[in-house]
Amino acid sequence: MNAAIEFRDVHRAFGAIVAVDRVSFAIEPGEFFSMLGPSGSGKTTCLRLIAGFELPDAGVVRLGGVDVSATPPYERNVNTVFQDYALFPHMTVLDNVTYGLRVRRVPAADCRRRGEEMLALVKLADAGARRPAQLSGGQKQRVALARALINQPQVLLLDEPLGALDLKLREEMQIELRNLQRRLGITFVYVTHDQGEALSMSDRVAVFNRGRIEQLDSPQSLYTRPRTAFVARFVGGANVIDEKYAVRAEHIEVAGAGAGAPDGAVRVEGTIIDTQYQGAVRRWQVRTDDDQMITATRPEGAATPGGHDTSREPGTRVALSWSRTHMIPLAAD
Amino acid sequence: MTAVAAVSTFFYRRQTLAVYLLLVPPLLWFGTVYLGSLFALLAQSFYSIDEFTATIVRKLTLKTYVQLFTQPANLDIVVRTGTMAIAVTIAAAVVAFPIANYMARYARGRMKAFFYVAVMLPMWTSYLVKVYAWRLILAKEGILNWFLTAFGLDGVLEALLRAPGIGGPSLASSYLGMFIVFVYMWLPYMILPIAAALERVPGSLLSASADLGATPAQTFWRVTLPLALPGVAAGSIFTFSLTLGDYIIPSVVGAPGYFIGMMVYQQQGTAGNIPLAAAFSVVPILLITIYLMLARRAGAFDAL
Amino acid sequence: MRSSRAWDSPSISARVAAWAGIVFLHAPVAIIVLYAFTTEDRTYDFPPPGLTLRWFALAFERSDIWASLRLSLGVASLATLLALVLGTLAAFALARSRIRAKDALTILFVLPIALPGIITGIALLAAMKLAGIDPSFWTIVAGHATFCIVIVYNNVVARLRRLPQSWIEASMDLGADTWQTFRRILLPQVATALLAGGMLAFALSFDEIIVTIFTAGHERTLPIWFFNELFRPRERPITNVVAVIVIAVTLVPILMAYYLTRPAAERD
Repeated sequence: MNAAIEFRDVHRAFGAIVAVDRVSFAIEPGEFFSMLGPSGSGKTTCLRLIAGFELPDAGVVRLGGVDVSATPPYERNVNTVFQDYALFPHMTVLDNVTYGLRVRRVPAADCRRRGEEMLALVKLADAGARRPAQLSGGQKQRVALARALINQPQVLLLDEPLGALDLKLREEMQIELRNLQRRLGITFVYVTHDQGEALSMSDRVAVFNRGRIEQLDSPQSLYTRPRTAFVARFVGGANVIDEKYAVRAEHIEVAGAGAGAPDGAVRVEGTIIDTQYQGAVRRWQVRTDDDQMITATRPEGAATPGGHDTSREPGTRVALSWSRTHMIPLAAD
Repeated sequence: MTAVAAVSTFFYRRQTLAVYLLLVPPLLWFGTVYLGSLFALLAQSFYSIDEFTATIVRKLTLKTYVQLFTQPANLDIVVRTGTMAIAVTIAAAVVAFPIANYMARYARGRMKAFFYVAVMLPMWTSYLVKVYAWRLILAKEGILNWFLTAFGLDGVLEALLRAPGIGGPSLASSYLGMFIVFVYMWLPYMILPIAAALERVPGSLLSASADLGATPAQTFWRVTLPLALPGVAAGSIFTFSLTLGDYIIPSVVGAPGYFIGMMVYQQQGTAGNIPLAAAFSVVPILLITIYLMLARRAGAFDAL
Repeated sequence: MRSSRAWDSPSISARVAAWAGIVFLHAPVAIIVLYAFTTEDRTYDFPPPGLTLRWFALAFERSDIWASLRLSLGVASLATLLALVLGTLAAFALARSRIRAKDALTILFVLPIALPGIITGIALLAAMKLAGIDPSFWTIVAGHATFCIVIVYNNVVARLRRLPQSWIEASMDLGADTWQTFRRILLPQVATALLAGGMLAFALSFDEIIVTIFTAGHERTLPIWFFNELFRPRERPITNVVAVIVIAVTLVPILMAYYLTRPAAERD
């Protein structure tokens, strides 16, 4: 079976800026695939290359095995949920939802019926006659979703769709999107800069940096086995030591200065710069004597080795240690 | 695929080609009618007139420019026009600022809309009707005179008209009168860019200034005015350029001295000397180019 | 609310200055309108001794005024039509494109209003003399269309730049080709700006004198008729009436243009 989406050596530059730098990957049918990275990393350009808003300068984009490198968006069976929703302000909600059918000259009665079905699917059955300006952010989000799904696309593209919503709504929508994807069985390609969102929703995640994919893996592998320093920092918030290996904050022991370390452990000394109470955990920022910043966390209330007070003040000298088994070797960037 | 869709797809892949195709008709028009005319103007300015036969000699020469820049009367005209343009620009900025500031900062909702309409309507009202109105207002037995006499202020006016340089027999035939008309005519062109610049200043900046201990006057001089300067610069492009090129106002409300626009008008008309008219009209182009470069530095183009 | 934020409310002098400015802007035009109805045709006593419609009746019988009015309306209509086509094309081409010549072309398309009108006028005349073209209705239209294009271009480009790119992309994403996207998304959004640009172009052309004098030859548009009247004070009452007609003819399109393009914040 053909991959839902395939990039082969795809290149796209805007003047002197290389947005996508000879990228190759494949997305399987039915996958929930996320593209994660900071702004300017190339993830959004990749999404736009799939949609057809950008055409590649070089390389091949395939949808379901068909080369679409020169195909305009309106001839691709792919639909997009935009970051700003992009609802047409001069149309009602129902007209927005049925737009894709109407431009394909589907009879009006069918348009109406299917539009109402889609609105019901996103729990907005009563909103058809309203204008986009009369909707809340979450409602606009649902209309955008209904509008994109009415064409029964092979692939649904979502460009940071939850960015404008507040935290509670975001979390609800994450679950809802994931359920919707399972139910419809469509390939979802989800662009985000929020690593928590990418990890919790996706089957696989591609981490973008400077126009390239640094690592493409399952969320668990990305978290536990980052391949590069960039992935270790950006995805896991892990400590990168000497740019050679990563150690997770929860694997670092904090003890009083001069305290020893178990056999087989690495030990450094440093000074606490900052300490934060974060509810479930306590977190320390330590500047080591060779001037690296290391973060250590400990479940709040857990006993600290040596029986020291957990709420050490900034300025206190401490010894940090971690087991060699927790050290993840990194490839050079 | 329908024919329309096929064409759509063809141009989707070649968007730059589509842009150039769209540009062909307007560029043809601008290239031939406008740029062509400007080149013709430039060419004419390098022709000369045969003084005996009064025919135009179509041979490139600097004779006309030499004539333009060596006759003191011509230089006087350039200096007089430039001085008027600068004076009008400064006065328009001073008069416009309080209006723009009020409509941008304090007027809200319907009142704001009212102010914008109230500034825009006179701007778009017939140019000639406005000039005509001022001719009637400023005439010797005119409306302003009637009002000043009614309030016992006619003495002040007479004192002003006796002033050397700006005075004259009546306001309608003095540089002072012309100056007033120019300021009136171009005032909206100054108000709107300043208001636009002030609209973009977030209210929080003024709150911050007040919060940090600045009096309203200090806030005005240190925050409001610097942020509005690009708007003033943008407005001044209009007031300066419009004053430089105008020939109707100096001939309807005017002192005896000539202005660049009047010279252009007269040389091409009664004198039939198109080369000299063309050479004269190159002067405001140069002055405006210099002015635009200065205004660009002041950020005027961001405020347009 | 004002009183609780006293530091932020305008001083008395700021209010007076603003309102005085508005009065200054409107008084001359108001005076002309008033004197179009006065019974006294020589002096300018205030207030007018009496009001009459006699001058309107006299003006309506003047065939020269009608001829000039017809010419001006014809010129303005044709110049506006040309400007709508060419200005819209230019706006659609340049609003979003990334072509290299964009900056130069943008300057070119605003040059006719950035430079004084007399330059356009004398340049057109210089070209006509060189090319041996006699002044006519068509040379007037050509001159007017050149600056009317700028008005339409500015209006449409401003609207297009405010349209989010994502609306166009969303439309194509949902299956609409370039033409369908233009008709269903761009045109409804740009229509009012287009209409407003056309209205303003019409008003500008109807009232233009500076360029027209150079390109008109013996043709007499209404502004040229008016200009000649300025030096003939005996006809003053008739001139006043024509002034009021000109104000009325330009006022309607200008107000409509404003209504069509006003920012959303000013809508009720």
